[in-house]
Amino acid sequence: MHTLTLSQLAAGLRSQQFSSVELTQTFLKRIAQHQNLNAFVTVSEKLALQQASQADQQLASGNSSALTGIPIAQKDIFCTQGIKTSCGSKMLDNFIAPYNATVVEKFNAAGAVMLGKLNMDEFAMGSSNETSFYGPSLNPWATDCVPGGSSGGSAVAVAARLAPAVTGTDTGGSIRQPAALCGITGLKPTYGRVSRYGMIAYASSLDQGGPMARSAEDAALLMQVMAGFDPKDSTSVEQAVPDYSATLNDSLQGLKIGLPKQFFSADLDSNMAAAVQAAIAEYQKLGAEIVEVSMPTLDMAIPAYYVIASAECSSNLSRYDGVRFGYRCQNPADLTDLYTRSRGEAFGAEVKRRILMGTYALSAGYYDAYYLKAQQVRRLISDDFKRALSEVDVLMGPVTPGPAFRIGEKSGDPIQMYLSDIYTIAINLAGLPALSLPAGFIDGKPVGLQVIGNYFSEAKLLNIGHQYQQVTDWHQQQPHGFE
Amino acid sequence: MSLTANDVKKIAHLARLGIDQQQIEHYAQDLSNLLDLMTQMGQRDTQGVAPMAHPLDQVQRLRPDVVSETDQRQNFQTIAPQTEAGLYLVPKVIE
Repeated sequence: MHTLTLSQLAAGLRSQQFSSVELTQTFLKRIAQHQNLNAFVTVSEKLALQQASQADQQLASGNSSALTGIPIAQKDIFCTQGIKTSCGSKMLDNFIAPYNATVVEKFNAAGAVMLGKLNMDEFAMGSSNETSFYGPSLNPWATDCVPGGSSGGSAVAVAARLAPAVTGTDTGGSIRQPAALCGITGLKPTYGRVSRYGMIAYASSLDQGGPMARSAEDAALLMQVMAGFDPKDSTSVEQAVPDYSATLNDSLQGLKIGLPKQFFSADLDSNMAAAVQAAIAEYQKLGAEIVEVSMPTLDMAIPAYYVIASAECSSNLSRYDGVRFGYRCQNPADLTDLYTRSRGEAFGAEVKRRILMGTYALSAGYYDAYYLKAQQVRRLISDDFKRALSEVDVLMGPVTPGPAFRIGEKSGDPIQMYLSDIYTIAINLAGLPALSLPAGFIDGKPVGLQVIGNYFSEAKLLNIGHQYQQVTDWHQQQPHGFE
Repeated sequence: MSLTANDVKKIAHLARLGIDQQQIEHYAQDLSNLLDLMTQMGQRDTQGVAPMAHPLDQVQRLRPDVVSETDQRQNFQTIAPQTEAGLYLVPKVIE
């Protein structure tokens, strides 16, 4: 059962080949078998079996939708009522959310079953899952390597077949990079397309939730549930949601693909370049036309991102004060000691680094030089994308500089770690959607192709992904030992 | 651009963030390296460029001023570190 696609699972449930309870038990068993991967922070077995049994009743009554009875798992950044929502941090290790995130509500309404909450970098700040309070999740393709981050547990759960599909969030590459490093499909939607209500904030002008699955076809089914206007999120966009599955089979004849020359500079690893070029050659066979484009401000994306993200993080994380919820230090001497020690004891090193950086960038005398400058550079980067996407339909390039790196290899050097997001970060600054597709292997480890589209072009991206997955089988490869 | 241990202490105080004494030099070095990276933005001329705060240049949506939340004080206080009689307790602020 664990190897079937979402549509196959749905068909199996409808034709009563297996029940949702049986299906849920299968995945719960796999999760228990592969605990060493550390993909889950919490397994919500009791709730899952309750939801599965309800789903079975709905299926029997004929009153069901596409995902009724299908087990999924949520990144531990989405608030789940009555179930621990840690965000990968000691700060929220004792936090039982009093309400559900809109994304969680939507999956509940669709009749999906929640297996549990997935490991992640602390407050989504990291590119390797190593900043998690619960320790890193392990890449099933090479367990001495990171799965990427911050949605590391999400990518591992799908790659190791511990869940058929999951959610992730992407602030600077946190869906696409782990998807690429674990050989799965991940979609970062347009900013505002998926509600951020109940999704714990890191950098509010960049954060966006999205689906992570084994194929574009499965991601389309998840996206159908996740997308849509939410009055509870003030940056949610009021725009109709298309049928993401309806256009998957559209022809790519005449598709104009732009290759930003800055993505293919001499710095790009030759194996990585070969993998991406091979994928692009497949698209040419499918009728696409290739055009080189130039995006001269792309090299400023990393500095601009780390100013903006750190500034927003320092502001967002000021809510963790040890007063209303979360961690509180023992025996505080006074109020300042309560704040300072609760935060000092409960935040990890990377979160502290970003809070300090952001506080500095926003402090009197430095605001113009850093924050304002970064916002101006952000505009230039966004203009680069606008110009390029007026000439072509989509842009393509690598997702990462290379395959998964070893645990500990970059954790001592923040800048090296930040550079691993070099191909993904600019997309968040512009607020555009982008898809990460499995596109081959380097040294036995998966790498990805990135497809970047215009605002609200998720259906087109999924169509482009699906067509590629009809002529390649990278997305069907499974890590050894997890078949 | 380099930050001293004193700068780090000052920033940590602004952020109400406890930092281990032994770690301060380490943070000073890390933050100085990051600032060097960020200073690269200075190479780009941004004279007259409008700062971008939101990817879609949206404006804040308005809604009718009606009550939409119910009283959930008790529910919310069950997850608080310390409460009494419906109030959140903190160390004494005024002597």
